[in-house]
Amino acid sequence: MKHLTEYRDSALSRALVRRIRDRVTRLRVLMEICGGQTHTLIRQGIDEVLAGSVEMIHGPGCPVCVTPLEQIDRALHLAADPRVILASFGDMLRVPGTGGDLLQSRARGGDVRVVYSPLDALALARRTPDREVVFFAVGFETTAPANAMAVWRARELGVPNFSLLVSQVTVPPALRLILEAPGNRVEAILAAGHVCAVMGWEEYEPLAEEFRVPMVVTGFEPLDLLEGIFMAVEALEGGRWGVENQYVRSVRREGTPVARDLMERVFQRVDRAWRGIGTIPGSGLGLRPELAAFDAEVKFGLAGIVASEPAECRAGEVLRGRLKPPQCPAFGSSCTPDHPLGAPMVSSEGACAAYFNAGRRKGEDGAAGAVGEAGGEHGLQTGASDLKGPGTRPGRKERAP
Amino acid sequence: MTSKSLDFALGCPMPLPERDRIQLGHGSGGRMSANLLKERFLPAFPGEVLRQLGDGASLILGTREIVVSTDSFVVTPLEFPGGDIGDLAVNGTVNDVAMMGAVPRYLCAGFILEEGLPFEVLDRVVASMSAAAAAAGVVLVAGDTKVVERGKADGMFINTTGIGELQEGFRPAPHLARPGDAVLVSGPLGCHGMAVMGARDGLDFRLEIESDTAPLLSLVAALREAVGEGVHVLRDPTRGGLASALNEIAQASGVGVVLEDGVIPIPGAVAAACEVLGLDPLYVANEGVLVAIVDGEMASGALEAMRRDPLGREAVRVGTVTADHPGLVVLRTGVGGTRIVDLLPGDQLPRIC
Amino acid sequence: MCLGIPGRIVEIREDEGLTMGTVDFGGAQREVCLAFVADRAQVGDYAVVHVGFAISLVDEVEALRTYRLLEEMGEMEGA
Repeated sequence: MKHLTEYRDSALSRALVRRIRDRVTRLRVLMEICGGQTHTLIRQGIDEVLAGSVEMIHGPGCPVCVTPLEQIDRALHLAADPRVILASFGDMLRVPGTGGDLLQSRARGGDVRVVYSPLDALALARRTPDREVVFFAVGFETTAPANAMAVWRARELGVPNFSLLVSQVTVPPALRLILEAPGNRVEAILAAGHVCAVMGWEEYEPLAEEFRVPMVVTGFEPLDLLEGIFMAVEALEGGRWGVENQYVRSVRREGTPVARDLMERVFQRVDRAWRGIGTIPGSGLGLRPELAAFDAEVKFGLAGIVASEPAECRAGEVLRGRLKPPQCPAFGSSCTPDHPLGAPMVSSEGACAAYFNAGRRKGEDGAAGAVGEAGGEHGLQTGASDLKGPGTRPGRKERAP
Repeated sequence: MTSKSLDFALGCPMPLPERDRIQLGHGSGGRMSANLLKERFLPAFPGEVLRQLGDGASLILGTREIVVSTDSFVVTPLEFPGGDIGDLAVNGTVNDVAMMGAVPRYLCAGFILEEGLPFEVLDRVVASMSAAAAAAGVVLVAGDTKVVERGKADGMFINTTGIGELQEGFRPAPHLARPGDAVLVSGPLGCHGMAVMGARDGLDFRLEIESDTAPLLSLVAALREAVGEGVHVLRDPTRGGLASALNEIAQASGVGVVLEDGVIPIPGAVAAACEVLGLDPLYVANEGVLVAIVDGEMASGALEAMRRDPLGREAVRVGTVTADHPGLVVLRTGVGGTRIVDLLPGDQLPRIC
Repeated sequence: MCLGIPGRIVEIREDEGLTMGTVDFGGAQREVCLAFVADRAQVGDYAVVHVGFAISLVDEVEALRTYRLLEEMGEMEGA
């Protein structure tokens, strides 16, 4: 596939790895905030081959993982309503809420449908005028324009039985939180290529300046990631900071203005809770009041559904890059993709699942770390120093596996 | 300070989901399916043969050794590019019998028809079955038909049972893989699953992909003639794809499998469709491909034999059986890393991330 | 959030006032909303498609340049 598979060339990948290893003068700590990038890094074993030169920390870049418990519970509530068809991206179906996930809801008779595009959900609403179609609008800025268009068209075409359950988040506030945190070890950031394809990178410039951190807008294929890592390493070794663009074939500084424009007209900035992290002010997008007719929370009166998010969840530490999944005591034992405790183990982009599926696991089959042992050991050592920050949290409850 | 000295409470203090009923994932051929078998079925039915969990059962009836296999077909839509449920119902069971090393002779078929199914659809499916049975050299000898109310059977469900004769000295079985064996596939992967997915309502992709449903008998015969007992395991990687089949074999044989990323044959259109939907082709169903685990020394002979058959033109070696990491399938990636190709919990779902 | 795949625009049309198109992804084709790139998109262009929407166009000149640089680097490293 053109513009895709050529960026998977093995020989060039290995050459880039050598280049990176030669360039670093000490261990460099980088963070990416993108589930898709986590996925590629782990599936290709890139963090394994860079061990000792570059440590990749996986930030909260998976919108599935950060969707608050409350929103999942609201989705479950809607799915159980006989008037409702709940349409969702496939990623969300196995994320646990209080008392189950959407797949189980379907097993109990809820009408839950997987769609590829928000426009499919709108088309579904037009085909089934006697049912209420609610689309679970999850995502970062990459997905926001698509979700916005679904609402925009619903209004234009006069489709009354369509609404969105919104759980949109934005990257820059989370980035600020991470860079501000005491004990932050991240030296450079790989910015998510497709978020920036939409938004451009103007918003990142002040952050790069304030925190004196190199930020490289990076794509998703192995060569993209390696080139992005190399550019970040070059900047660090040269004592430079600021925003650079690796993903030049798809990203321009102003992004896609028509998309940003629609987002402005449909959404407004709101505070949003990130699962396991807590509320980050101004980090979310919500429907503007004039579009309340398409807001499922308003339409179905969901304000009463609140989930008591437990004090803090391990998933939060993973999402903030302060814990490597294999260090979580539940990882691979009481928490596996078969019976996940938290969202990062469910979502195929979640750091925990990515690690598990790539094989960094300890588990009942005793195959623990037999493959990629070096990477695992390294992870344990650096991970331990992560925890010099705020230490244990009070009030943690014992959970039976 | 290592993770072992961290004495945090176990796990995320998050609610454990309810686990009291069947979900779609239980039928996916992944881990949930395996657990369902282990926990809910095997305990109720004693006997060694069942526990081998082969594609079929080899039995001794008097002086004859026969193989019996059964399979149910619930595909939606009933008709898709390259075939229909009737083709699958015959070829699927014929192949399961063949994977045990037997020559299929007889078929039984049970039909569960949904009220309202148009006769013309039924006729097309039956015609497909008739043609497929003739092509495979099997005779339908017994059957049953039931009708259920509208909405209870997705048009039609079919169960077929196949009976075959074992051949002298040819007894491939899932537990016979040995370190040093070569892992071969007979052709390109992912066609059936993606053809069906493309034909499903709701995802709206136009794919130039057809199901690869076919009887694998000539391929198996070619392997038997060329390699004989050197063929240790045969498996048709249907639901759950190549990854699930190899995991089952690795578990049954107590060996590891190493796959090479660059050589696994996946047609461009399948790869493209998987890319767009975020699916991994290693887990997509095949209906006209076999995996052969053969003695390492005989790998080239086996490949030559397969390539002489129209179904095996693109047969290729994709990996090796190892004594390392028993029970695990590992993929060596292009960049020089590795990853474990595990059983999925349930079905793969299209993703946005 | 990230699964954006490049595909070739093979047809552009208006559908009830919305610019839509057919995009070919190496053999798999799908309807894609081109509204966000309608001002610049032409048949034959490559677009990055996420959840059925073109979110940006691929700049072929830049793509070529990137790849050339990578190849040169590869040669230097003896790839």
